[in-house]
Amino acid sequence: MAAQEITYRDALRQALDDAMRDDETVVVIGEEVGRYGGAYGVTKDLIASYGEERLIDTPISEPAIIGAAVGAAMTGLRPVAELMYVDFLGLVMDQLANQAAKIRYMFGGQIGVPMVVRTQGGTGRSAGAQHSQSLEAWVMHTPGLRLAMPATAADAYHLLRHALTLPDPVVFIEHKALYARKERTDLAAPVAPWGQATIRRAGSDVTLVTYSRMVFTALEAAAALAERGIAAEVIDLRTLNPLDMATVAASVRRTGRAVVVTESCLTGGVAAELAARIGEECFDYLEDPVIRIAGEDVPIPVSPALESAAIPQPPVIISVVQRMLRR
Amino acid sequence: MVQAGKSERGAKTARNDATVTAEKPQAVAGLGRAALLRAYHDMVLIRRFEERAGQLYGMGLIGGFCHLYIGQEAVVVGVQMALQDGDQVITSYRDHGHMLAAGMDPRGVMAELTGRRDGYSHGKGGSMHMFSREKNFFGGHGIVGAQVSIGTGLAFANRYRGNDRVSVTYFGEGASSQGQVYESFNIAALMKLPVLYVIENNKYGMGTSVDRSSASHDLSQNGAPWGIPGAQVDGMDVEAVQAAAAAAVAHCRAGRGPYLLEMKTYRYRGHSMSDPAKYRTREEVQKMRTERDCIEHARQHLLALGAAEAELKAIEEAVKTQIQEAADFAQASPEPDPAELWTDVLASDVAASDVVAGA
Ligand SMILES: Cc1ncc(C[n+]2csc(CCOP(=O)(O)OP(=O)(O)O)c2C)c(N)n1
Repeated sequence: MAAQEITYRDALRQALDDAMRDDETVVVIGEEVGRYGGAYGVTKDLIASYGEERLIDTPISEPAIIGAAVGAAMTGLRPVAELMYVDFLGLVMDQLANQAAKIRYMFGGQIGVPMVVRTQGGTGRSAGAQHSQSLEAWVMHTPGLRLAMPATAADAYHLLRHALTLPDPVVFIEHKALYARKERTDLAAPVAPWGQATIRRAGSDVTLVTYSRMVFTALEAAAALAERGIAAEVIDLRTLNPLDMATVAASVRRTGRAVVVTESCLTGGVAAELAARIGEECFDYLEDPVIRIAGEDVPIPVSPALESAAIPQPPVIISVVQRMLRR
Repeated sequence: MVQAGKSERGAKTARNDATVTAEKPQAVAGLGRAALLRAYHDMVLIRRFEERAGQLYGMGLIGGFCHLYIGQEAVVVGVQMALQDGDQVITSYRDHGHMLAAGMDPRGVMAELTGRRDGYSHGKGGSMHMFSREKNFFGGHGIVGAQVSIGTGLAFANRYRGNDRVSVTYFGEGASSQGQVYESFNIAALMKLPVLYVIENNKYGMGTSVDRSSASHDLSQNGAPWGIPGAQVDGMDVEAVQAAAAAAVAHCRAGRGPYLLEMKTYRYRGHSMSDPAKYRTREEVQKMRTERDCIEHARQHLLALGAAEAELKAIEEAVKTQIQEAADFAQASPEPDPAELWTDVLASDVAASDVVAGA
């Protein structure tokens, strides 16, 4: 297949389509996933190919949806449960953290839960405090859950395909502001393997570590920094569990400086975890303290001006890096 | 699902509470001309407000979510007329009508829709999230079903304080699939809490029709296992709504525990502004609009009661002015102060004592 323009949304849809074609244990379950085609259109028209038996529209009952997916997965089905907004983790953390994440361990490795929870988060649509959060830290803080957060259409496709081969529960968090983003790519061409970070832009002065939509924010900052003679390297983590510290550490050892960028809020977050690990693994190579640039510790406001001020924007990254390099 | 015809009005509103003991709402004598005129005003106010909100959305002045209430006006207006000062209201994100019915200022609501400083939440909450202590409106909540537990808590507090307030907890038929609704029913029934649960059954939760989302065919009986009396009501008839709500509220206020009303209603617009509503036919919507419209229904009844066309026209003109003022206000109000981003996360904006100083 040749390279073609494809949106993040369509790449996800293609992944589901291909997985369902290849593996009849894959079933999609959730609110509005069937006839409506998903609140953000990811499952659009799949029902025409796979029918109501495999695209299961449910009532608005998230704990039961996720719980039922856990049960079905314990028998070897591969449910893809769609949680319309990551914010609704509030309703389903019990099934995810206390059931799905614990079953393999507490039953002595006899049984696993091969399911995928597809959901989306983040700001960018003035969706307000209860529909705009970035809650990956909740998931990352729970041993027993895999966590993927693709930035590109190619990764959206390949990470979802891979997630649907894993023996354990995967939380797959898409970004609502990326669905319509187009890129030219060949979905048949290989990408980095699951669990491996990708260097999106090479540079020797500073390493920007990030994932999901912030990859593009970091790339924008890196391009502006290049004009000022600063070469920033941008690492896209792609998955947070597994977390590819090898790629991150190798980069930081080369550049001597690290800035972690996350949309999720600062305190007790993913950026803190990364900063700590970089500090532990690269201490002797660091020219400066690791800096976290993260979402403000506030609920997400509706006003577009306030909303964009609540999350990192390129100018902040640019000024932090300039200050770091004293240029 | 919404039964047509005038015969629906009145005593039949309670036809489904046979399985649990409760007083049936009395046959509707009607509100009478003066009260019905007030109801008419309030319904027209909500309709025109929502139409204008839809326009401002189309012009890009409102962003994010915007769930219009058009079609359902008789529900909140009728229920509100059965309440007394101090009674509380809580609902979901489809909340503009509830706020206007509760007496909140259309200017403040509209300015919140445009995300401006003079909005009820100063531009932080938006369409789904507003509150008014003065009007006892306890919000606009975005997590489907969450307000049902909170509304139950309002009732608990009323009982604890020994006042005679009732809390009205609205939710959609879609929300009636959430587990916490039934946990709340059990608690409210056990503790005999003064809470009126109102299911606004507008037939669709996003694109899913009620027959595809609920195995229960009579939602008014969803509290029956806990002994919560329930009734189905023609939610397109403001007088039927008021009568049923008055009886239900009296039950709650008398200390006899919760009550459940299922309002059979209909939303004319999509779920939100971004919904093309392909899951139902144009004809279905058109039929409801032409045959069952709550405002037209009240209008006909008012004329039959001897109201003059000019009187109704005057109401419409007054509303028009009010909505224009609200829209102007919402556009003139400034954007929020950037510093507002960090205020009101907690009651004290990080007091010095909260900060452990670093080096
Ligand atoms: C817990 C939760 N699940 C799903 C959603 C997404 N969602 C918002 S409104 C809605 C439909 C609700 O329908 P209903 O309760 O009937 O109310 P209506 O919109 O008809 O007023 C859904 C699924 C949500 N906001 N919260």
